[in-house]
Amino acid sequence: MTADAATYDLVVVGAGPAGLAAAGVAARAGLRVAVLDSGARVGGQYFRALPDGFRAARPWALHHGFSRFVRLRDGLDGADVLLNHRVWAAGPAPGGGFAVHCLAGREERAGTVTGARLLIATGAHDRVLPFPGWDLPGVMTAGGAQALLKGNLVVAGRRVVVAGTGPFLLPVATSLAAAGAKVAGVFEAGGRFALAPRALTRPGKAAEALAYGWGLARHRVPYKGGRAVVAAHGDGELTHVTVARVDAEWRPYRGGHETVECDVLAVGYGFTPQLDLAAQLGCAIGADAAGGPAVRVDRHMRTGVPGVYAAGETTGVGGADLAELEGLIAGRAVVADALGVPAGTGVGARPEPGTGFGPGIRSEARVGARLEARRRRLTGFARALLRAYPVKDGWTSWLRDDTLICRCEEVPYGRVKEARDLGAADARSIKLLARPGMGWCQGRICGEAVARLAGEEPGPPRRPVAQPVRLGDLAAMDERTSDDDS
Amino acid sequence: MPDVVVIGAGMVGAACAYYAAREGLSVTVVDRAAVAGGTTGSGEGNVLVSDKEPGPELDLAVLSCRLWTELASEAREAGGFEHEPKGGLVVAESDEVLRALTQLAGRQGKSGVVTRQVATAELAGYEPHLAPGFAGGVFYPQDAQVQPMLAAARLIRRWPRVALRTGTEVTGLLMERGRVTGVRTRDGDIPAGAVVNAGGVWGDRIAAFAGVELPIMPRRGFILVTEPLAPAYGASPAGPPAPLVRHKVYTAAYVTNVASDSEGLETSAVVEATRAGTVLIGASRERVGFDRTVSLPVLARLARQAVDLFPALADVRAIRAYCGFRPYCPDHLPVIGADPRVPGLYHACGHEGAGIGLAPVTGLLTARLLTGAEPEIDPAPFRPDRFAGTPG
Amino acid sequence: MTGASPYRLVGARPEPEFEVRVDGRPVPVVPGQTVGAALHAAGVRTWRTTRFGGRRRGLFCGIGVCFDCLVTVNGVENLRACLTEARPGDEVTTS
Repeated sequence: MTADAATYDLVVVGAGPAGLAAAGVAARAGLRVAVLDSGARVGGQYFRALPDGFRAARPWALHHGFSRFVRLRDGLDGADVLLNHRVWAAGPAPGGGFAVHCLAGREERAGTVTGARLLIATGAHDRVLPFPGWDLPGVMTAGGAQALLKGNLVVAGRRVVVAGTGPFLLPVATSLAAAGAKVAGVFEAGGRFALAPRALTRPGKAAEALAYGWGLARHRVPYKGGRAVVAAHGDGELTHVTVARVDAEWRPYRGGHETVECDVLAVGYGFTPQLDLAAQLGCAIGADAAGGPAVRVDRHMRTGVPGVYAAGETTGVGGADLAELEGLIAGRAVVADALGVPAGTGVGARPEPGTGFGPGIRSEARVGARLEARRRRLTGFARALLRAYPVKDGWTSWLRDDTLICRCEEVPYGRVKEARDLGAADARSIKLLARPGMGWCQGRICGEAVARLAGEEPGPPRRPVAQPVRLGDLAAMDERTSDDDS
Repeated sequence: MPDVVVIGAGMVGAACAYYAAREGLSVTVVDRAAVAGGTTGSGEGNVLVSDKEPGPELDLAVLSCRLWTELASEAREAGGFEHEPKGGLVVAESDEVLRALTQLAGRQGKSGVVTRQVATAELAGYEPHLAPGFAGGVFYPQDAQVQPMLAAARLIRRWPRVALRTGTEVTGLLMERGRVTGVRTRDGDIPAGAVVNAGGVWGDRIAAFAGVELPIMPRRGFILVTEPLAPAYGASPAGPPAPLVRHKVYTAAYVTNVASDSEGLETSAVVEATRAGTVLIGASRERVGFDRTVSLPVLARLARQAVDLFPALADVRAIRAYCGFRPYCPDHLPVIGADPRVPGLYHACGHEGAGIGLAPVTGLLTARLLTGAEPEIDPAPFRPDRFAGTPG
Repeated sequence: MTGASPYRLVGARPEPEFEVRVDGRPVPVVPGQTVGAALHAAGVRTWRTTRFGGRRRGLFCGIGVCFDCLVTVNGVENLRACLTEARPGDEVTTS
């Protein structure tokens, strides 16, 4: 273990919109802040940035709200940014505060960063559902296709189908089309206009949706609701998919199938927050609007564990705007708590950049109240979206006995059914009997499906080891502890 | 009305149901959760004779090892479960430890344990990747590994006379004139001729329903699981590529840990490879109640001991860790048999870390006692009322 | 690919490419790209087979969550190609 331990006032895990906003507020208030991220650049999934090696003249062309990102990135004000740092565990530090154990770089150098306070802003990853052929090369998550493009300037395929559910499908399809892919269609399993009435209640969102709609039209991309990709085909690699017309429960109508040729399928059914660290720390985890797990926070983004805060998708999937706002609120709460004054009042006289509030407002309490009010509004919108794009049970009718549920341990649906028949009455015992979720990804990909096949809502994760860590590095921690004792 | 209700669908409950049904009894197994959801699903699947001092528990273990082999071969047609009679290798850190280990092996031999002395030079033949410097060891061919979750599920399904009710929490026992006549559950009463308490680490709570005390306490254990490895792991000093770990391997210190009464942390890593390609490293022992909070110092200690045994593991990554709660009794013996204080109630719990290994023999003895047949092994050392007067 | 390209879209003037070798075969990389992205751009979409069914795998989640895209780089096994930034001269081997 290297002796790179440093003590910060705040350690932020995750350099997406939430983490950057919080780190900026805290750093500008004079706190010593470290921001850790597994990526090579700040921005997280939403503001995934290109490497400098591309020398892009117009980096904003792949982004929505790029100027906000620049402001966040440039507002870190002395915070230590630790990139390529994967956090595998977080817990109370022996001398108080929190120890964040990470692996740096591709050499996976083990180290520990300690801080008096900890913000969990670990974001989310694509939620996927199994279907026949979903493990064929060429089938990717929608976020994966987006990451290839935004972070590497690689268009995932020549002819791409985008499918799943939720508003995220639109930006994926438009950016792929703008970058030169032929997008053969966007297939939304839910209703096509599920989003529309709600979007109208938020003018900014309506404009964004319109822009995507215009982008799709310009590239002649068909967007169809009530359609789902129910099978992917190809001899070794993806060559085409079966698109079915589905009813409100996502059961395919008889005869409503078409074949669409494509070399890439970008598929996503919403997002799953990454809650491993929150669960390790013992933060209370409840249900979001759609029943999925989310960290419980108070109105200042404090979790139930004193000193631990959460912001962004970990508190309930809600998108980048809400994440940034929550990061701002969390950062202000951290500062207030560090100063020992009531949250929402103590950041200082100066309004924070990016709050949208002019310099005329002098009262921090009023700023805090308006941030909270704005969060309530955005949270309401996010909840409405979650409810507008639920996963419906009919997806299980797409499965065949040989459809893999768990990609890592290669567990087919037939074995899951057998486990259920043998008395595996819940997701955990299905895992124990048939091994889905025991492999490399630790159930991050199949956990949702297994829970639903068990008739449960997905629960909080239990992953004491959040990233693979070498036994030699773990062993070194024991020796270090022994030395400390002596 | 079933002849028997078995409380607990873990490995021990499954074995009780299996053997009782084999004797012709009708059985209902109830569990508040699912099959194998408790300690059965939180362990390693150890079937060990090597870690036991001669005495009543070793007698159980020797017979149970044989029963496991029978069960596995019988179940093979019905889908089966993993049962690997891979053998255990216990290595000694010094000549002094080796002498003690050798003596122990000699005494175990009188109880029917097969042992093979392994000289220093022969260790690499057993475990090509083992660290150098061990004074020698003893190989125990009877030690085996099972996948207990699937085993429990299959044994419960083996006989049509066994009914399984998962998600059925027992909230009390039906009593008539001091006699147990069934169980009360959230989904209604189940009258039965007899009730078997296979509640594992929660067995004391079932006993309490009948007004009797069992001093069962949780003894927590953490297990580390590595990334899957290639079946043939790298070049080895002893020759061609071989699995990184071939047997169950542990140091002689393990035996004293198992027998310890300490509440504090004790670890002595048992290292083995599984069919899925992963390496399992278990397990710590500490009495901290039902606390699931991850303890990195415990994981670190396990990792260090594993790396001390197999230096090549230093570069292998852990991808998972989990913990479970062993049902610990102060004298380290399970509770098996009719409870003389409460007619109609039988216990089959409190096996600490040996529940998987001892499940078949526990099931067999319980079935014998239920039918009034002569048990293969004298159950007196395991009688439920033996704790009277001892501080819990 | 049509007239549109991602390079044109963002006005990229990339630095000179370097090479990595994948199972001995050269693959060009723009500085900063990941091993997985470089492979995908070179038309290589599968580089691993699963240990039970021998199924072919490449990029799936693309952000380090699914572990489908594992590769060996300079002898270090089981690195996620989607997270591993390529460096000049890297020797990538697949399984």
